[in-house]
Amino acid sequence: MAVASLSPKGSARMTKGERHNLMMGLLFVSPWILGFLIWTLYPLLSSVFFSFTRYDFITPMKFIGMQNYVEIFTRDPRFYTVVYNTFYYVGIGVPLGVAVAFLMANLLNTDVKGRSVFRAIFYVPSIIPAICSAMVWLFIFNNQYGVINNVLRALGRPIIPFLSNPTLSKPSLILIHLWAQGTAVVIFLAALQDVPRSLYEAATVDGANGWHKFRHITIPLSSPIIMYNLIMGLISGFQTFLMPYLLTNGGPMASTEFYAMHLYRNAFELFRMGKACALAWLMFVVLAAFTLFIFRTSARWVFYGGEK
Amino acid sequence: MSTAETTITPTSRGRETGSWTARRITGVALKYLIIIFLAASYAFPLYWMVSSALKDDPQVYRIPPVLAPNPAHWNNFIDAWRSDEFTLYTFNSVFRYALPNTLFTVISSTLVAYGFSRIKWPGRDKLFYLCIATMLIPYTVTMVPLFIVFKRLQDAGLGRWIGTYNPMVVPALFGNAFYIFLLRQFFLTLPEELSDAARVDGASELGTLVRILLPLMKPALAVVALFQFMGTWADYLGPLIYINKYTMYPLALGIQKLRAMMSSVGNAPLAYPYLMAVSTVAAAPIIIIFFFAQRTFIEGIALTGLKG
Repeated sequence: MAVASLSPKGSARMTKGERHNLMMGLLFVSPWILGFLIWTLYPLLSSVFFSFTRYDFITPMKFIGMQNYVEIFTRDPRFYTVVYNTFYYVGIGVPLGVAVAFLMANLLNTDVKGRSVFRAIFYVPSIIPAICSAMVWLFIFNNQYGVINNVLRALGRPIIPFLSNPTLSKPSLILIHLWAQGTAVVIFLAALQDVPRSLYEAATVDGANGWHKFRHITIPLSSPIIMYNLIMGLISGFQTFLMPYLLTNGGPMASTEFYAMHLYRNAFELFRMGKACALAWLMFVVLAAFTLFIFRTSARWVFYGGEK
Repeated sequence: MSTAETTITPTSRGRETGSWTARRITGVALKYLIIIFLAASYAFPLYWMVSSALKDDPQVYRIPPVLAPNPAHWNNFIDAWRSDEFTLYTFNSVFRYALPNTLFTVISSTLVAYGFSRIKWPGRDKLFYLCIATMLIPYTVTMVPLFIVFKRLQDAGLGRWIGTYNPMVVPALFGNAFYIFLLRQFFLTLPEELSDAARVDGASELGTLVRILLPLMKPALAVVALFQFMGTWADYLGPLIYINKYTMYPLALGIQKLRAMMSSVGNAPLAYPYLMAVSTVAAAPIIIIFFFAQRTFIEGIALTGLKG
């Protein structure tokens, strides 16, 4: 109100009420604006600057130009390993996760008795603390004491070294990822319930079979949600950290060392803040490119006609 | 996958909907078989966690595995709890982290969401889109520069950050983009006349929000509070980065400490019943909250996905 009396002519185009609304609006939103500047924009921009420095909190920060980036691409043998592992995990785990969630939601969307019970069973694994899931899967996958391998032993079969074999370790982590798809299932199920029944009935009258209806009604009308889950899966997939960190700590033979772990170790185990910022910035660019690519191509495969 | 669809509609022309042909019965049976198989596999790890928590060592390692504990060793829970400072860790999780963070998040996000929905001001929607876009910025990218920010603030004598929960609690005062988005959607569903009537009566914006709208927002606020409490209760990465003293550990880090302790004295395998017991305690509040507030959860989740 003090501001309003300061410049009575400056914003002549605004009525007193509009000016009041602007002030009040900004006032209410100001925590977020401040937070965005302090906790998002400043760190994001400063990380560009830090990525050109050597910084370990002990010796003074030193500007070293492109050296961190050069090192990452030419003298860091782990870098290509973690990039390969991360693309492997994202490339297989994320589409598979979305597909499994979508099919499970479709299964639940038929006239199933006890749907809410099944939905709860599928959802709960995705909300329990990661440390609990990690401990359980560590136990289940254990070579000597795990339940699966003990059943195999009882049957006289060879055991499956889920986490101790470099070929199996990533698929094992993907299996755990598929187990924690509940949130996506719930979102898909809500979307499927919004698809008008009349469309299916009309298609039935026209002689369409189940596959036709799935292909030409269910998939197109769910495609915006498929895209949403794909992008969310992509963002969290590229950041995979906790499960491999707790279950295998990157092993065996670095087969489960992922990009976010490499970044974490550089920052908080080796205290190479500059290099970690360079790694973070590279990740941001790649992830932004992927997201943009999905948005750009979405016009071709995402159907928005069903939006209300 | 087409199984699910074929079962809801008879394959031959769809005229005899409701009639039980042999083919339809097989389809329905097959569908339930798949759903029950999936549900069993999804529920098994959690069942295994609880049942193993109640077994003694010989039962845990028997071949073939023992499905149900017999006899059940309930004192495992007490012994496991007493094997480390778990009461202290739980206190830290709740009172140093989850509760203050949740309280701050709910208040700040509500205020910001109000400013983004119930007041009309120029530039509002553009700023809101920016707010949504920040949800796409991965934490891994800002994690390192944020740590540098807190470290430098501390070195400059501006507050205590490293080694405390402040880096995880103070930013909650600035709103969370995801919940701002969610609460804004709720605010938009409340009729504009409510606010107009309050304004005519001379109520301030804050008065309108607190006295008129908040009572109608209870379900939405419950969603935010539940999600945020669960997220902070389960958080591992934040404390991993900032907490460096055992006495400050949250429960999640305490569980990992128990595991490390057991393997350092050479009996990692024997730790499993204790680990399962403590994991069960850590997962229990989440599962209990979910079963009491299932509707709230499902609707909250569905909303975030659908309107996205």
